[in-house]
Amino acid sequence: MSTVKLTVNGKAVSVDVEDRTLLVQLLRENLNLTGTHVGCDTSQCGACVVHMDGKAVKSCTMLAGQADGANVTTIEGIAKGDELHPMQAAFRDNHGLQCGYCTPGMIMSAIDIVHRHGGGLDEATVRRELEGNICRCTGYHNIVKAVLDAAGRMKVSQAAE
Amino acid sequence: MGVEGIGARVVRKEDKRFITGKGRYVDDIKLQGMTHAHFVRSPHAHAKVKGIDSSAALKMPGVVAVLTGQQIVDDKVGNLICGWAITSKDGSPMKMGAWPAMAPETVRFVGQAVAVVIADTKNLARDAAEAVVVDYEELPAVADVHAAIKAGAQQLHPEAPGNQVYDWVIGDEGATDAAFAKAANVVKLDVTNNRLAPNAMEPRAAIADYDAAEEHFTLYTTSQNPHVARLVLSAFYNIAPEHKLRVIAPDVGGGFGSKIFIYPEEMVALWASKKVGRPVKWTGDRTEAFLTDAHGRDHVTHAEMAFDANNKITGLKVKTYANFGAYMSLFSSSVPTYLYATLLSGQYNIPAIHAEVIGVYTNTTPVDAYRGAGRPEASYLIERLMETAARQLKVDPAALRRSNFITEFPHQTPVIMAYDVGDFNASLDAAMKAIDYAGFAARKAKAKTEGKLRGIGLSCYIEACGIAPSKAVGSLGAGVGLWESAEVRVNPVGTIEILTGSHSHGQGHETTFCQLVAERLGVPISQVSIVHGDTDKVQFGMGTYGSRSAAVGLTAILKAMEKMESKAKKIAAHALEASEGDIVIENGEFKVAGTDKAIAFPMVALAAYTAHNLPDGMEPGLKESAFYDPTNFTFPAGAYICELEVDAGTGKTSFVNFVAADDFGRLINPMIVEGQVHGGLAQGIGQALLEHAIYDANGQPVTASFMDYSMPRADDLPSFNLSHTTTLCPGNPLGIKGCGEAGAIGASAAVINAITDAIGKNNLEMPATPDRVWRTIHAA
Repeated sequence: MSTVKLTVNGKAVSVDVEDRTLLVQLLRENLNLTGTHVGCDTSQCGACVVHMDGKAVKSCTMLAGQADGANVTTIEGIAKGDELHPMQAAFRDNHGLQCGYCTPGMIMSAIDIVHRHGGGLDEATVRRELEGNICRCTGYHNIVKAVLDAAGRMKVSQAAE
Repeated sequence: MGVEGIGARVVRKEDKRFITGKGRYVDDIKLQGMTHAHFVRSPHAHAKVKGIDSSAALKMPGVVAVLTGQQIVDDKVGNLICGWAITSKDGSPMKMGAWPAMAPETVRFVGQAVAVVIADTKNLARDAAEAVVVDYEELPAVADVHAAIKAGAQQLHPEAPGNQVYDWVIGDEGATDAAFAKAANVVKLDVTNNRLAPNAMEPRAAIADYDAAEEHFTLYTTSQNPHVARLVLSAFYNIAPEHKLRVIAPDVGGGFGSKIFIYPEEMVALWASKKVGRPVKWTGDRTEAFLTDAHGRDHVTHAEMAFDANNKITGLKVKTYANFGAYMSLFSSSVPTYLYATLLSGQYNIPAIHAEVIGVYTNTTPVDAYRGAGRPEASYLIERLMETAARQLKVDPAALRRSNFITEFPHQTPVIMAYDVGDFNASLDAAMKAIDYAGFAARKAKAKTEGKLRGIGLSCYIEACGIAPSKAVGSLGAGVGLWESAEVRVNPVGTIEILTGSHSHGQGHETTFCQLVAERLGVPISQVSIVHGDTDKVQFGMGTYGSRSAAVGLTAILKAMEKMESKAKKIAAHALEASEGDIVIENGEFKVAGTDKAIAFPMVALAAYTAHNLPDGMEPGLKESAFYDPTNFTFPAGAYICELEVDAGTGKTSFVNFVAADDFGRLINPMIVEGQVHGGLAQGIGQALLEHAIYDANGQPVTASFMDYSMPRADDLPSFNLSHTTTLCPGNPLGIKGCGEAGAIGASAAVINAITDAIGKNNLEMPATPDRVWRTIHAA
């Protein structure tokens, strides 16, 4: 057992876990943050993507201990109160989700994509960058639309800030 | 149409919880004292279980129990059933091999469970499962239909000689032979419809909770049809009588057919929760999903089509071997028979059809209904045949299709189905216009100058949806009726709860079903809730599959709404001292037509519950229910055209354009319909280019993770160009046909027809990987 101390969605937490515990297990089982999902065993599907120190990571692919001291943001932590993150709003407005299972990981990856590419996003880039997130429902068409839409919204909200 | 009524692009009510991480899937649920199950699964495709030694596992920390197949048999938990009886051409019933929930004596596919470890945590259960020692005696395995039907092949089940489940026929063999005898041209084709793994993104999961005092079970499960699950668990698996078993399917992360079936893991969890006296949770991992979720497709077919001198189709002969895997899954028997062969007429006038389907056992994961279920196989076969015929007869593929289209309705095909309505020319016109079919030759020539092989491929599909009426499916062997139920509960304050037997696992029912209420009453959808997925709340229902929830489930809601409105009008008329016949419903008010007298709907509801001033003899309350059984299947149809380029040097395919023109009848929410089509197209394209569940000759699965099985990613797919043509379905009052599976049914043939057009060679199997395309291009 080890004690892992980290900040999750702005709150400092300290959790005693088995050494083999994955970050996703800590989030789901110890902190009850069940918005982060597990869809595969091989780091392929991206349902578990969260942000660690501002970068998208697959939380099924790292030990909880590796997040010691880190600042982790999950899908539960991106809205400001009742105000959705622009990426969340864009997924809803563009019907970028159906069953919702891949959605948290998609949104967390998509925010990271927009952060990294800024204004230089086009459809081909979004499709290539979503390579690590699998959706079985939507055929990606509306997910791609949502990401491009959100990229515009995020630029506007950044400019406003 | 109001802003939230029928036809409006209303954003989904359910999205808020999904985009904020507040969805509630089975694995998100924790119960007090909950244990965790991990299954011990066979690493062999075929073996005798000589013994199981649990002693080491039982000594490990946190282990509560190790339970085996022999114990579940001894406790008289029923064997898994197949719910659709098929009769062979010799009159004999299909041959069912016994399928216990865990194998006591023989394992017949890799991944079949032989024991389960119940422990305090998931990790401890997994550790202990590693320590269970199973003594197997390996047997030879048969991994595909060719191996299974060979003389002297290893036999799977004593009940099924020759590994044959059934040899079933449909159509008129004599008339078909006569048509071929007179044919001017005969087109022949051999096709393999590749096996697919469903891969809903949420792995299957179950939590079983036994209440010993009440002798009552609660099961949380990833189901598309919780009431059917309860019925089967109760009536056939002897878990508990129905009133002592509650099944809850909360948010479910995709199904596509694979979550219709009641699997061994749910049965074991229920049984084990009673044995250990604590709740039992099982959540599958992705490899377990590959090994145990019922697969789809896996047909090997030879077909011949006869044409007269005017290129009119005169006959069709089909012989298909369908791989069922090691056991007959719940609805598997119906898929290559009544869901496949009954669609072999496609969109065409074919006077004579004869099809033979031979169902075969192999040492592979069971195969059942998946995303289209039989109809993709039929559509792919017919549309590959039409393209092959056009090439052989040297006519334009669109013109050949048009000259054979059914244009008069209703149309009785030679294979049971009576198409009620359609306009196949309209959808083909729309697709050809959208892709600029006339300009293709110039585009192909230009691509050639750039060193690219460009091709165009058509697919004109038809499918049968709704999977109803009950009387019809009953006459064909179904073990259940396939109606749907609904209840409309108006609360005293005028808010409305709609209880439905349909189940939403991505389809957006919480929005579209509210739109019907908004359309009829003029109330905002925020005043309406949809209740589904819990057998304690909804009395009964048949669930969601076969693109049936709008055509059948929503119509049941309409019927219940009509009853409720009728009573509400009587109450309003009484309150307004008017005649019931003069009451009209507008914008949330009940009005006396042609006057300014009106009463708001909440006041009508309140009057129903205060019951202070109701018409003489009227019962208080405002709640109505309905069971709806349609009069026919529905027949969505459309035309898909794919334009693509092939790199001859690598065999890689790149999309130029993909157009889909569908006729789904009335659309409730076009935004959601388009989403359904997008997803289906991705599946059809995935099957054509990427996906294949492969076994080696010993029955070992080669593709049991996302590392090995090629799932369509965003950069494998194009954006889609959709349009709709409309003929209203006469079989239900809303005119709905269904849209959930169309893309998966129609897309594959368009892709393969386009690639084979590009490379100038007709024979190419799915998935058309770059390797396979390159080899085909460069084959002698």
